[in-house]
Amino acid sequence: MPEMNLIQAVTSTLDAMLASDERVVVLGEDVGKNGGVFRATDGLFDKYGGDRVMDTPLAESGIIGTSIGMAIGGLRPIAEIQFMGFLYPGLDQLISHAGRMAARSSGQVRVPLVVRVPFGGGIRAPEQHADSAEAYLVHTPGLKVVVPSTPYDAKGLLYAALQDPDPVVFMEPIRLYRMGRQEVPPDAYVVPIGSARVAREGTDVTVVTWGNMVALAEKTAEALKGEVSVEILDLRSLFPLDREAIWRSVNKTGRALVLQEAPLTAGLAGEISALIQDGAFWSLQAPVARVAGPDVPYPPYAWEDMYLPTPERLQAAIRRTLED
Amino acid sequence: MDWPLVQVLGTKRDKKADVELATALYRDMILLRSFDERAINLQRQGRIGTFAPSLGQEASEIGSAHALRRSDWMVPSYRDHGALFVHGVPLENVLLFAMGRAASLSSAVKALPTAIPIATQLLHAVGVAIASRRLGQEDVALTYFGDGATSEGDFHEALNFAGVYKAPVIFFCQNNGWAISVPRAHQTASETLAQKALAYGVEGARVDGNDALAVHQVVSEAVARARAGEGPTLVEAVTYRMGPHTTSDDPSRYRPDDEYLDWKTHRDPLLKLGGFLLERGVASEALLNTWAEEARARVQAGVDAAEAVPMVRPRGMFEHVYDEMPSVLHEELQAIEEVTPDA
Ligand SMILES: Cc1ncc(C[n+]2csc(CCOP(=O)(O)OP(=O)(O)O)c2C)c(N)n1
Ligand SMILES: [Mg+2]
Repeated sequence: MPEMNLIQAVTSTLDAMLASDERVVVLGEDVGKNGGVFRATDGLFDKYGGDRVMDTPLAESGIIGTSIGMAIGGLRPIAEIQFMGFLYPGLDQLISHAGRMAARSSGQVRVPLVVRVPFGGGIRAPEQHADSAEAYLVHTPGLKVVVPSTPYDAKGLLYAALQDPDPVVFMEPIRLYRMGRQEVPPDAYVVPIGSARVAREGTDVTVVTWGNMVALAEKTAEALKGEVSVEILDLRSLFPLDREAIWRSVNKTGRALVLQEAPLTAGLAGEISALIQDGAFWSLQAPVARVAGPDVPYPPYAWEDMYLPTPERLQAAIRRTLED
Repeated sequence: MDWPLVQVLGTKRDKKADVELATALYRDMILLRSFDERAINLQRQGRIGTFAPSLGQEASEIGSAHALRRSDWMVPSYRDHGALFVHGVPLENVLLFAMGRAASLSSAVKALPTAIPIATQLLHAVGVAIASRRLGQEDVALTYFGDGATSEGDFHEALNFAGVYKAPVIFFCQNNGWAISVPRAHQTASETLAQKALAYGVEGARVDGNDALAVHQVVSEAVARARAGEGPTLVEAVTYRMGPHTTSDDPSRYRPDDEYLDWKTHRDPLLKLGGFLLERGVASEALLNTWAEEARARVQAGVDAAEAVPMVRPRGMFEHVYDEMPSVLHEELQAIEEVTPDA
């Protein structure tokens, strides 16, 4: 089985999709000759040509709005938005149309669209290139939102997204693109949307997280080994959430911490904390904790290490859940 | 570059006009006007919600829609009831939309749901047009919007994308003089709206939007170019909104009376085309009246059909949001059903 990193899993999956389905079209800024600014579409332009791997004009509303029409018209567009911080001009099309089209047409018009969005910080990128904007998307009815943190899940979730009749935003954690390698089966397979993954088994406390923060949680759990047994739940799908998996884990450990990179207030961690009260309240031995980015705009990178959750902050927060 | 206003009625070109086409256009225009009048009454009686009338724009609506084949895509905004009728959407569906139900559509018709956020639908038209071409189909897309929409970013992104990809799409802008209370002159310093085509490297045309034959001709030419792979066209139909923006609007707050009276008296699209039919001996006053009566009867049938549709149930709000209902929506639906009589 070939070993690959997360971005190679994305590229090879896009390649296989273009090869097996004529309706699949990849489009975005610089995705053609250049292979994307992260090289996620490397080599695809040469292989499939500019009609299937389309360099678009520089306009995000245009990319998403046109993709919506292409999806309705019978193609299977996979659009790339260069960085999540530049998704905002396209949010109107996602909120006003992609997420609403099926409902407002009584199911007569569906939008089988995939939007790939690299997100998150920790890479010393220029300002406004490191946002984690999942809360806006998860708060948009009609959209599905997935985020892999491993090469294996990247492939399986991308297949699930492509096969889904609903619009799916596929968030790609930039910092994990080339972080680790993993065996990825060569054939097509699906990681079902709406299913979380126990990334590490433990008995004392559950850390619920996704994307870049999975790696941080793993590092922290390793450091606490022998002292605290940490279970890590990698959500993989942010909408729909795998509520059963969250409840199962927290009912087992009796303690929960939700870890997100995005700013704290009204972030997804708040929603998950509320869900934990719904389905695991009587098992809780401590208040549900949240570790998140502060409520400031994602800073220029000189401050980045202070902004992002660190193993130290996470360790301290985990220890607090264990105090009486 | 010059952007002359294309006209047929009242020029020597109307000698060659197709009277059968003129008759068909007239009959759909009178249907639209009857529908409009009735819908406003229904709104006043509380039987439908807010309604956007087409009064004064019948030639633009009907003339353009008649240039399409049924297999072509129609991508409408909220004022395009007439165009939707021509394309095959049943009258009662449009009424149901005004009664707060799902968007005016019919599964048998290639039309997208009525778009509400201004100019956003233009990009969808580009997308379906690109898809049509990629899938080896001949179908084109015709999208509708107003003068105000030309100020939105999506208008520019759509023209730009369409130009770059040579998409078979027709951008049909009804310049009706107003965007709610804001006059056309406040939307743009451009002399015409058609000239904006130039910046995107696409064809542009300017047509008398109250001349149904001219609209039909200009849009048909644009459709033919698109079908032949020659790319998109921006059509500016110069018309006038003779009614309020919607039933919630009071134009006396902002609209000069003399301007309105001038259009109503001299440029009413129905009087224009009706006059032509009379002059050519195609129809008599009596026949025009018969057609008007038949139109009213069709509208009545649509009203009856719409009002016979049962009340909505909570499930309808949930069942189509996702292809498969996620468990969280299921629970939310159940909670509402539990407290809704007859759910
Ligand atoms: C994005 C957006 N902004 C504002 C509105 C509210 N609105 C509805 S219609 C309208 C005026 C549109 O004018 P125009 O494009 O000329 O079309 P017309 O109504 O004259 O047909 C406005 C401001 C809206 N629907 N969408
Ligand atoms: Mg207007």
